[in-house]
Amino acid sequence: MRLGSGTFAAGCVVIEVLGVALFLRGFFPAPVFSGTERQAESPAPEPSAGASSNWTELPPPLFSKVVIMLIDALRDDFVFGSKGVKFMPYTTYLVEKGSSLSFVAEAKPPTVTMPRIKALLTGSLPGFIDVVRNLNSPTLLEDNVITRAKAAGKRIIFYGDETWVKLFPKHFVEYDGTTSFFVSDYTEVDNNVTRHLDTVLKRQDWDVLILHYLGLDHIGHISGPSSPLIGPKLSEMDSILMKIHTSLLSEERGALLPSLLALCGDHGMSEAGGHGASSMEEVNTALVLISSAFERKPGDVRHPTHVQQTDLAATLSVGLGLPIPKSNTGSLMFRVVEGRPVREQLRFLHLNAVQLSKLLQENVPSYKKEPGFEQFKVSERLHRNWVRLYLEGSNSEALVNLGAKVRRQYLDALSMLRLSLTRRAAQYDVYSMAAGTVLVLEALALLLLGVPQALSSRAELDVPLLSPVSSLLFGLLLLALAALHVVVCTAADSSCYLCGLPWLAAGGVMALTAALLCAGMSALTRIFAGGQCLTQTPPQSTSRWSELDLLSFLGTVGHVLSLGASSFIEEEHQTWYFLVNTLCLALCHQIYRHCLLGDDCAPQRCPHTGEEFDGVAVALQGKRAGPEGWELSHAPKDPSSLEALRGPKRWMVLASPWLVLACCRLLRSLNQTGVQWAHRPDLGHWLTRGITEARFVYVFVLGILFTGTKDLLKSQIIAADFTARTVGLWEIHSGLVLLAALLLRPHNLPVLVLSLAVQTVMTQFIWRPLRHGAAAVTVMHYWFGQAFFYFQGNSNSIATVDVSAGFVGLDAYMEIPAMFLTAFATYSGPVLWASHLVNFLTSEASSGSALRRACFCYALVCSVPVSVYIVMVTSLRYHLFIWSVFSPKLLYEGMHLLVTAAVCIFFTAMDQTNTKS
Amino acid sequence: MKDTDIKKLLYTHLLCIFSIILSVFIPSFFLENFSILETHLTWLYICSVSATAVNLVLYLVMKPNVSSKRSSLSYKVTRFLKCCIYFLTSCFFFHVIFVLYGAPLIELALETFSLAVILSTFTTVPCLCLLGPNLKAWLRIFSRNGVTSVWENSLQITTISSFVGIWLGAFPIPLDWGRPWQEWPISCTLGATFGYVAGLVISPLWIYWNRKKLTYKNN
Repeated sequence: MRLGSGTFAAGCVVIEVLGVALFLRGFFPAPVFSGTERQAESPAPEPSAGASSNWTELPPPLFSKVVIMLIDALRDDFVFGSKGVKFMPYTTYLVEKGSSLSFVAEAKPPTVTMPRIKALLTGSLPGFIDVVRNLNSPTLLEDNVITRAKAAGKRIIFYGDETWVKLFPKHFVEYDGTTSFFVSDYTEVDNNVTRHLDTVLKRQDWDVLILHYLGLDHIGHISGPSSPLIGPKLSEMDSILMKIHTSLLSEERGALLPSLLALCGDHGMSEAGGHGASSMEEVNTALVLISSAFERKPGDVRHPTHVQQTDLAATLSVGLGLPIPKSNTGSLMFRVVEGRPVREQLRFLHLNAVQLSKLLQENVPSYKKEPGFEQFKVSERLHRNWVRLYLEGSNSEALVNLGAKVRRQYLDALSMLRLSLTRRAAQYDVYSMAAGTVLVLEALALLLLGVPQALSSRAELDVPLLSPVSSLLFGLLLLALAALHVVVCTAADSSCYLCGLPWLAAGGVMALTAALLCAGMSALTRIFAGGQCLTQTPPQSTSRWSELDLLSFLGTVGHVLSLGASSFIEEEHQTWYFLVNTLCLALCHQIYRHCLLGDDCAPQRCPHTGEEFDGVAVALQGKRAGPEGWELSHAPKDPSSLEALRGPKRWMVLASPWLVLACCRLLRSLNQTGVQWAHRPDLGHWLTRGITEARFVYVFVLGILFTGTKDLLKSQIIAADFTARTVGLWEIHSGLVLLAALLLRPHNLPVLVLSLAVQTVMTQFIWRPLRHGAAAVTVMHYWFGQAFFYFQGNSNSIATVDVSAGFVGLDAYMEIPAMFLTAFATYSGPVLWASHLVNFLTSEASSGSALRRACFCYALVCSVPVSVYIVMVTSLRYHLFIWSVFSPKLLYEGMHLLVTAAVCIFFTAMDQTNTKS
Repeated sequence: MKDTDIKKLLYTHLLCIFSIILSVFIPSFFLENFSILETHLTWLYICSVSATAVNLVLYLVMKPNVSSKRSSLSYKVTRFLKCCIYFLTSCFFFHVIFVLYGAPLIELALETFSLAVILSTFTTVPCLCLLGPNLKAWLRIFSRNGVTSVWENSLQITTISSFVGIWLGAFPIPLDWGRPWQEWPISCTLGATFGYVAGLVISPLWIYWNRKKLTYKNN
């Protein structure tokens, strides 16, 4: 079967979209999340057999005051190990002999501060997808301890890392944020927290005090965990802890309830001093709960027990007498409530279990089969019996025995529930990621293998279907993949998206994988066979690459490689501006050579290699010499074509690259994006004043009308059949432009105007006179499209997505139109340039198969970065910046690929109508 | 003929490299606190002056193109003045290009201009020495099959490698390493210098390797 290269490319891109979707599904595990909105919900009553129990209120708080002392990067051995003994004598004393409980709390990756704070306070396992969910608002919207405490009228004071203030902007009655921007400062950053302590500890007007010390983490980043700076810092922390504890003890005497001092770390510290990944050193943090409620007998030595970091949220809620946050996945630390009466203990456990099982019901369809849920039901029944016995006031020994049994049962149920919840959110789903990657890479390989054929002047590809060898291979591969699937799915202890799919869908994915592999193999063998033929016929096509080919190749490769560094992702706009500028200068060089010297740089207009495969070169040479793709830039057919240009036109040609360069320089200072230079003043701010902006709109609309009428008139002159299509295309293009004008922020209208101007200049004075091939023009369009994406003010962080575009002209929020509009507004640069590409290629009379080749090229240049990037992300998945830099870029790439697929389908549709007519 | 030319080329290039190396070490004997990174502009101008001087002296000594027919004093003076104007023009031209590439427009203008000066030193000065103020000849050299002698070929290579060097030198700027040499325009200057030195080293070798293939029309 023969396929047009456009169709082929569109198919490949669609397959890549599928693969990327699968990859994303594996990379961003579905979060365990409570879907129900926060509403006043009465707490679950105590289970009872009859109507006799009426304990429906929440249990009273256990502690009057809570101080949370969070020390960034407090690894467990800093407190419990030799360093702790040496540098933290008071804490060690409390841990070994005092009234305290000590734990090693295990944090889940990403071990970065903000997700860890969220985990501590919501009890959930925040992943990256949370960031996407509350786009543009860093506020923590999920149910959490702080919000609950504020709702209950507790007064909260906070000193420390600014992240908290961003997460809880209105929750603290008093706060002072310190920034973690200056990593080399490990003294002032902590003094700024400690300086408030004396006054605050004397006051009585607060219920919760939160302190977040950053110094230790900074020392780790500077010189690692074995640095000599660590010791003094730990001693400083120890003295602060002592100060707080003695102050709390002295206040406690008059109070009814004891107070609680919690010393904890948010994440650990690797041996190199960093954090973010999942090594033991980074994951294990110290957690010490100090309160006179935890009395113990002398000589009772306890070792720190292992708990999850998320358990603190439930424990704090219980301690403060608050409802447990809805998306909490942790279980109550039972040792905290051990001193309470049995009825209260069971009540606490029941509340926790009810909350966890609700969460399980919301997230797992088959929750009834989960062992945790079954155990919960059993323990609830036992609990009911116990309550009945208790209320009847029966025999004490039986009551005690039953109570112990219920308690044990509840604890088992809690750990099972927690396990089945955390399993769903804990790690990367490597199998789905691998499957997605394989699909994408296969599609990319097919595209690459198709290059010589697809860019030949016929722009068609042979797709071998149903040859016996390949169908045998296909069958074998399918069988092997199915076996692999079964093995992986039965062996995997974690949940996996691909395994959770119905058999038909998973089978479809496997069949696709196998089919693509077969197609790739056959293409490869054909190329080898062709290569042998080629060596027999001496290759006269020693096609020297022109500067432009070299530049577009190196530029693409360089851009792809730069995606491996987080700074280059943050500043990707700089890469594109740099490349576009270089492109303009190269064009300038070419033009000057042509104009001033009449230099035909490439007299060897060699026939293309692909033509030799088909052996049709002879037939083709008789034909009119259209633009011949593969040889990316061309010498003009008659070298004097530029010489012939005289007068103003010639000067315009000479000046046009400079014009384009000046436009680009203006546009880049319109919106400063990125991170490092984002503080530079934007030109755009001058324009958001009202009147200027309105005038810009008028000028712009007039410009559109003018070009529209001009092109309509022009298309009237050319032949009738041709006109209809050109006009239609121009209408589509103008429609897109108008839509973009409507959606873009007012100060971005100059971007649109200058984009149209640059398009016109390039068409009139560069591409037409110099007769670049379809492939070269496509690559240039792609580069300009990318540059305009950033000129608009976009960047690779989620925060710059203009969500307001989704509300233009809509009365209320409607999801699908809003999503479409936002996507279009964000990607209007690339889309407009792509639609201009279609227009340009169809309006060239000698288009022929140019459109198909252009489509193929477009698909290729777009899919190379995506494919390489997902491989890079997989290998960098424990990088420190994986959530802040690489993941947003991954989402952008995925979206870009989707847009590319749409563009390619549009290309193919245009091509089809072209061949029909 | 050719081999002697190549040998001459090699020696002149070695002298140029030597002058650049000296410009790094010699000033520290005379100036306090001299270092490439901290007193960057001082080094830049010293390097630029010494490279220009060496180029001029070598040109006067070697006289690679013997075809200057008229040699009246007034002709020489106008030629020299023209060369100066060309040099200044090229400095401004490069400055404009740097701004187009995204260098700040107003602040750090002196730094940008100094970068333009050093790039002109590495590219325009050799062109002026060898070709004189003749734009057509310049364009000819930088197009395919346009070179007519070993000297022009080496000029082409050094100039292009200087450009590539400065181009690559811009890459580390966005990285968040916070090193002193990432400041504008230090990395670009260093890139240009390394590119120029690399071009000086490569061009005699490349010409030597390809001496069979290279045929010059005039030679």
